[in-house]
Amino acid sequence: MHELAICQALIGQVTDVARKENADSVSDIYVSVGPLSGVEGPLMQNAFPIAAAGTVADSATLHLDATPIRVRCEECGAESEVTMNKLVCTQCGDWRTTLVSGDELLLQRVVLGEINV
Amino acid sequence: MCDTCGCNVTPAADEHAVEVLQGLLDANDHEALHNREHFSRHNVLAINLMSSPGAGKTTLLEATIEALGSDLNIAVVEGDLETENDANRIRAKGVPAIQISTGSACHLDAHMVHHALHELDLDDVDIVFIENVGNLVCPASFDLGQHINVALLSTPEGDDKPAKYPVMFRAADLVLITKSDLLEVLGDFDPDAAENYLRQIANPAPLYKVSARTGTGMDAWLDWIRREAGSRE
Repeated sequence: MHELAICQALIGQVTDVARKENADSVSDIYVSVGPLSGVEGPLMQNAFPIAAAGTVADSATLHLDATPIRVRCEECGAESEVTMNKLVCTQCGDWRTTLVSGDELLLQRVVLGEINV
Repeated sequence: MCDTCGCNVTPAADEHAVEVLQGLLDANDHEALHNREHFSRHNVLAINLMSSPGAGKTTLLEATIEALGSDLNIAVVEGDLETENDANRIRAKGVPAIQISTGSACHLDAHMVHHALHELDLDDVDIVFIENVGNLVCPASFDLGQHINVALLSTPEGDDKPAKYPVMFRAADLVLITKSDLLEVLGDFDPDAAENYLRQIANPAPLYKVSARTGTGMDAWLDWIRREAGSRE
């Protein structure tokens, strides 16, 4: 259950953003999660309120965007959308592929509440 | 348009959104980079050993220290939820071992390793083995500053582990099929199938069959370590 540790890192980043922008609260947090990042979306949603309690993100909604797994074949150059444990080229069947997307764990966007001016 | 990522939400006119585009593990990765620089500055090869609990990481280290201890100076960072048992086993072989007790944490992170390194004098060390917490899931997400990841797959676990835990086995630079002396007894672990599962997740890493108990296959592993340590001097 490393999702709690990940959520705590997320809250640290969100808190930094809010402080820089002089915001008291955060309403929405948008995160991209690739299946190969090793992070499970539902577990992260469960861990989020625990990490967010008592912070600027206390009442924020966490939006998770699951990115597709895509690989580029080193043999034929084709790009395919694949599943977690079969990262082989769907065109020529070769396993020598490079990951194009699917392992990201990225804080995309934070929507702030009221700003102190 | 979907309902999960928020792309269907039209921002309110007075909404204040900030684009961040920052990796969630950036702080860990930054600290891992420092650890890696620290190792490299001392010409130390850092190897992160990962596996499920009981796959034989400590037994492999004991046998490795016995075989290489006179040629190479080894130190070990041990990660466990509780106890100093593994560190004591390593110390009994005459090698410094720093135990990290993670409490309930299921993985080591770069910060914990950084702390452990404060207690370790790297001046006369050639190789640091970091024995991660026994777990095929969580450790894969955290860079510790190692140069190389070695994943152990013990024969009683089954040959399809790379398909079941693709994130872990994708990260491996070398896979050791441990407890190979049990292959004959078990009868249902096919090393070729394990290799095939590893290729299916696009990992070209070599696989070696080793038995730390009988010594069979250990030479390939020991030669590999010598090569990797030599290439860093």
